[in-house]
Amino acid sequence: MQSPNQLEISRRDLLISSTATVAVTGVAADGAAAQSAGKIMDHTTKVSFTVNGERRDLDLDNRTTLLDALREHLHLTGTKKGCDHGQCGACTVIIDGRRINACLTLAVMHEGDQITTIEGLGEPGNLHPMQAAFIKHDGFQCGYCTPGQICSSVAVLEEIKANIPSHVTGDLTRQAHVTPAEIRERMSGNICRCGAYSNILDAITEVAGTRA
Amino acid sequence: MDKSTFETKPIIKGPMHSSLKHDSAHKHVTGSAEYIDDIPEPSGTLHGGLGLSDRAHAEIVSVDLSAVKAAPGVVWVMTAADIPGFNDVASTGQHDEPLLATTKVEFHRQPIFAVIAETRDQARRAATLARIEYRDLPHWTDIDGARENGAPLVVEPMVLKRGEPETEIENSPLRVQAHMYIGGQEHFYLESHIALAIPGEDEDITVWSSTQHPSEVQHMVAHVLGIANNAVTVMTRRMGGGFGGKETQGNHFACLASVAAKKLKRAVKFRPDRDEDMAVTGKRHDFRVDYDVAFDEEGHIHAVDVTYAARCGFSADLSGPVTDRALFHADSSYYYPHVRLASQPLKTHTVSNTAFRGFGGPQGMLGAERIIEEIAYATGKDPLEIRKLNFYGKRGSERTVTPYHQEVEDNIIAKVVEELEASSDYQARRQAIIDFNADSPVIRKGIALTPVKFGISFTMTAYNQAGALVHIYNDGSIHLNHGGTEMGQGLYIKVAQVVADTFQVDIDRVKITATTTGKVPNTSATAASSGSDLNGMAAYDACRQIKERLIDFATRQWKVGRDKIEFLPNRVRIGSEIVPFDTFVRAAYYDRVQLSAAGFYKTPKIHWDRKAGRGRPFYYFAYGAAVSEVAIDTLTGEYLVERTDILHDVGKSLNPAIDIGQIEGGFVQGLGWLTTEELWWDAKGRLRTHAPSTYKIPLASDRPKIFNVKLAEWSENAEPTIGRSKAVGEPPFMLAISVFEAISMAVASVAEYRVCPRLDAPATPERVLMAVERLKSIG
Repeated sequence: MQSPNQLEISRRDLLISSTATVAVTGVAADGAAAQSAGKIMDHTTKVSFTVNGERRDLDLDNRTTLLDALREHLHLTGTKKGCDHGQCGACTVIIDGRRINACLTLAVMHEGDQITTIEGLGEPGNLHPMQAAFIKHDGFQCGYCTPGQICSSVAVLEEIKANIPSHVTGDLTRQAHVTPAEIRERMSGNICRCGAYSNILDAITEVAGTRA
Repeated sequence: MDKSTFETKPIIKGPMHSSLKHDSAHKHVTGSAEYIDDIPEPSGTLHGGLGLSDRAHAEIVSVDLSAVKAAPGVVWVMTAADIPGFNDVASTGQHDEPLLATTKVEFHRQPIFAVIAETRDQARRAATLARIEYRDLPHWTDIDGARENGAPLVVEPMVLKRGEPETEIENSPLRVQAHMYIGGQEHFYLESHIALAIPGEDEDITVWSSTQHPSEVQHMVAHVLGIANNAVTVMTRRMGGGFGGKETQGNHFACLASVAAKKLKRAVKFRPDRDEDMAVTGKRHDFRVDYDVAFDEEGHIHAVDVTYAARCGFSADLSGPVTDRALFHADSSYYYPHVRLASQPLKTHTVSNTAFRGFGGPQGMLGAERIIEEIAYATGKDPLEIRKLNFYGKRGSERTVTPYHQEVEDNIIAKVVEELEASSDYQARRQAIIDFNADSPVIRKGIALTPVKFGISFTMTAYNQAGALVHIYNDGSIHLNHGGTEMGQGLYIKVAQVVADTFQVDIDRVKITATTTGKVPNTSATAASSGSDLNGMAAYDACRQIKERLIDFATRQWKVGRDKIEFLPNRVRIGSEIVPFDTFVRAAYYDRVQLSAAGFYKTPKIHWDRKAGRGRPFYYFAYGAAVSEVAIDTLTGEYLVERTDILHDVGKSLNPAIDIGQIEGGFVQGLGWLTTEELWWDAKGRLRTHAPSTYKIPLASDRPKIFNVKLAEWSENAEPTIGRSKAVGEPPFMLAISVFEAISMAVASVAEYRVCPRLDAPATPERVLMAVERLKSIG
């Protein structure tokens, strides 16, 4: 199994490699004009990764996002599409211990990766502590952002443990701590339009507290 | 005994007035709650894409769709000519909103055609390939532009008048005439619009629609297909947020999917991309409020004359009732001795604005609070003092009549404000802030306590009706259905609590089922905060009927009087015998007792004559108050909400946990409306804020750092509503006005509180900075 070295691949590296992939695809396909002329695109790639502990082999159009691969190809619909732009966080999943917006990454970039979606965190009767805390604290209303909020919050606590700084971390030379300001800042990539933030923060704080 | 209030027996699980978790909680946290895009698609499902206008106002000269039709995966391209019934989805019957544009377009991104393809991606790519020639026509996108161009009104305006405003406004010691701009708001329900249409035999069609108003979608689909309502079944289990944005705006997608599904005899799904959803669906109305207020040195209001002009977009949609509700709330909590209020629902070349939590009420109320601020700064007093001077009086006083001639009978605003003022330590904190500002060169603070009084009922009287369907199966399990829809507000669980409570059974026995026009017909939108009031009562009525039959059966079978029968938790006492509920139900079944009932409710007392501007449009009022403290940076205009305290009235809460969530969420949404959420159209009439990248809704980090929310636990609805509860959906939204006004106070500090800052909404950091600069130059 690949060692989940948290800092090995930064978001920036991912974006750079993502751009490169798109560019190559674009050239090979001769742009959108080729498609409008009716030419059949045939640029697929085989990819294998593990989703919720199960190995999945897919043959995907290179342009398929991880989100669409999960929802449309693997029918794991717990991960939601909110904006498809990496701005709302509804599609957050956990890859090798780090959270990622599944709409902002191509599926073919995840060869060999360990992917955890909301379905893999826990299920009724065997809930992840964060899922149980969200129920206890009513950390949702319509529920649409909830899978992303939960995946994000599980990873947030790991990030703090791994001493990855945030915008509000005061001292970069010391171990980061779970504080209300840290949680609020780190969760600010997950929009909840119902405004259930108070309860979401309570749920995360409780889980952080029981772990500490 | 008061039959409207049930005795609560805490022994069952999930009675009324208990803090039960949301019915789908376990599904929401595990990702197993199905939204429409999660339902397994029928085999052969096709997907829709929208062909949209590239002009704000233009004649369509020609449309060439050949490249669209030739694109990969395209099965069909649909235009207005393909609509078998009426090309009309105007929700209020004005025939001013086509499903697809034909000879002209009236806003940028108006749908002109639809592409049906094998995949959503193919449909969306193909839709961009049309060649459309336009002949541009003059366009205007905002209220001032509409006025300059003599724009028509999209509906008949309304005027409310009481007393002699024309003369009194001239005869008062002090007078202020000014105006304010109030921005609109995108709903940004996290689940964008979606419809899945599945064709059936003959004319039948079933539509899964993300809508707050399944009955209207049913009627629209029938209208567009040219068939009877009875051929159309619309289903809605849950929405990923609605907030009013799915009251009428789902019609388009449902109708397009339905026409294609019937034509192609395959299931068709329409799900716009987020950017498309934001561009093609309506939003909260922007307003310009022109106010003229006369008052005295003490701060008593003498007369008020206000015009509320609204950006309605290209069609009426719900602009009539929205602008009406703005006027109904232009008094906020204040008595106006002489008053004239007028609406001006202006046509603009923008998407047709629609319902959004509060439905014009927030804009109306914000205008009133601006008037209070004007008086406070003019008289040099704390705005809270001016508020208290002008509150509606108690019943029997001379100060209880609204501008629409309804008497405020249930007024508790003074008590709510008094409690909050004390619990939040308002006076001491205000003084501390004034002291802080005196010594702080850059950071300035502000605090404001603002009230909410919100009228409950649809102002269209006919909408104040609801139905429910309750079955008890012969194993004792209960099936519940009603016309209300679930969008996260907890309506389903509240109504299930009513059923559990009425039969005295654990709530686990009650199965909540998806809203469908096939079970309960002719329903109203789940809107106007009325969901629990209406559907809770309708479900109660259905349970009551079955209960009556069960009691009749028991008197026959056990030969005892009715008074000897009592529904105890999960069992029934009949004379001296105790019978488990399911045993009792099975016995009733064998005795051929009908165990199903359709319940019905219509709100009593209400009536409204719009032309005369008189009546009782509201059954009752919900109250609340909030006090917020903010800090602004006078060099950048940025701000933080340091603390908010809320005391809110939900009557006798059906579910305190759900209600607290609604209050917090409503406040946060209102906070976004008044601070960071700015819609911006460019000179060509294009909405440039069409994704969360450019349109900023509140985040976890924007929530007040200290946030204390309490229910007014002593409150009970004066009217016999379900369990004496009150509606909760919309009223808390307006609690956020406290933040807006606190920012205003912080700005005012740079001119020693002598000038009303006249902030426009939303108070973005840019606007705050501009106001600071303006006041510095005056002060």
